[in-house]
Amino acid sequence: MTEVSVAKQDVAATGELVVLKSVNKHFGALHVLQDIDLTIARGEVVVVIGPSGSGKSTLCRTINRLETIDSGTIAIDGRPLPQEGKELARLRADVGMVFQSFNLFAHKTVLENVMLGQIKVRKADRKKAEERARTLLDRVGVAAQADKYPAQLSGGQQQRVAIARALAMDPKVMLFDEPTSALDPEMINEVLEVMQQLARDGMTMIVVTHEMGFARSAANRVVFMADGRIVEEAAPDQFFSNPRSDRAKDFLSKILHH
Amino acid sequence: MTVKLTVISALGSLVWGTLLAAMRVSPVPLMRGFGTAYVNIVRNIPLTVIIVFNSLGLADIFGVTMGATDFKIQGFRLAVLGFVAYTAAFVCEAVRSGINTVPLGQAEAARAIGLSFSQTLRLIVLPQAFRSVIGPLANVLIALTKNTTVAAAIGVAEAAALMKTMIENEAQTLLIGAVFALGFVVLTLPTGLILGWLGKRLAVKR
Repeated sequence: MTEVSVAKQDVAATGELVVLKSVNKHFGALHVLQDIDLTIARGEVVVVIGPSGSGKSTLCRTINRLETIDSGTIAIDGRPLPQEGKELARLRADVGMVFQSFNLFAHKTVLENVMLGQIKVRKADRKKAEERARTLLDRVGVAAQADKYPAQLSGGQQQRVAIARALAMDPKVMLFDEPTSALDPEMINEVLEVMQQLARDGMTMIVVTHEMGFARSAANRVVFMADGRIVEEAAPDQFFSNPRSDRAKDFLSKILHH
Repeated sequence: MTVKLTVISALGSLVWGTLLAAMRVSPVPLMRGFGTAYVNIVRNIPLTVIIVFNSLGLADIFGVTMGATDFKIQGFRLAVLGFVAYTAAFVCEAVRSGINTVPLGQAEAARAIGLSFSQTLRLIVLPQAFRSVIGPLANVLIALTKNTTVAAAIGVAEAAALMKTMIENEAQTLLIGAVFALGFVVLTLPTGLILGWLGKRLAVKR
């Protein structure tokens, strides 16, 4: 990470992986995203926090175009998000997504869930896909459940399978949309540990969460959103100990002291 | 002849009905419009009218013979065409209600790993949709089995036509009627039971 790469002129070399510029979105009369500007560098872990209804989940979902935007631009690895179609499908394969409600394919086994994308999108052969799926399941600690169906697993196990499924596509960036919000308290940690490990391995991650502990320990940067705007961006230490905006002070006082 | 007519028409209507359902949920407005119009027109026309129109209208006026030279084969093929066109409208609605039982998150997850619209439908949504509508589909298939008697109207030698001939020759109306009724029960009862069992066995646990 020295200045050697300056010679390269393309956007990718500058290290900007996800760039949002003046993004706006409305749900009917509700202005959920208001002039959002956000740049995420390669290898960076950005945690988005904020009160409910502040637009943080919507922001996360616009990045792989599960939600469309009304104006502004979103570019991933220097390429703007294409319209719905083959091009977009290819881009989505490079952007891993983990949902609040896991969304594992209910009619397929855990192993098949992790193999499907590799075979159908990456065109890998079955044997290689299975090998890789088993390695990934082992990495997230659910290798023993490979032949079960999602409904037979606990929430924490399902979410770890969902992370393995996303990782199987070799994504450039991973989006986490409140990955622990639907979990029992005792299962939250097993999922957070997997995410911590990913962060240490240098994965670029955008994480929408209410887990302040994770934000403190794993994030490079905390983005605080309220009422559809980015109110504050700072390093976690600075944000938690010395927030600049009143809105953030108010939010933190509510969640940290009780 | 009844069995042959039923099986071929069932397969045809499952395929065509699924395609119609896919059209009705597709993001292309033209296809959605076509699917909706087709279902609403076809399911509201009496089957007898469709079958007779196929025979008199298609065959006699427009010369559609379905590649058959023999009048009997032509009648059979036109009857199949009519049954497929009619039953597919009901299959479509059953499948579409099945698609609505699949949580939106399933399709979102599929799109998020880079599957195209048709892959999402084929690999994720339809397999789960079918499992939840095996019961209603059994209804449609049983109705189709019994509906095949309408083909007698255009001279296809299925059960009802056979029954009519026998009653004319034998004058044992009640007995012959009972035997044919029993015959249909023998055909349709196992269909319902097997599909009901299958529906339970394949149900997707959430």
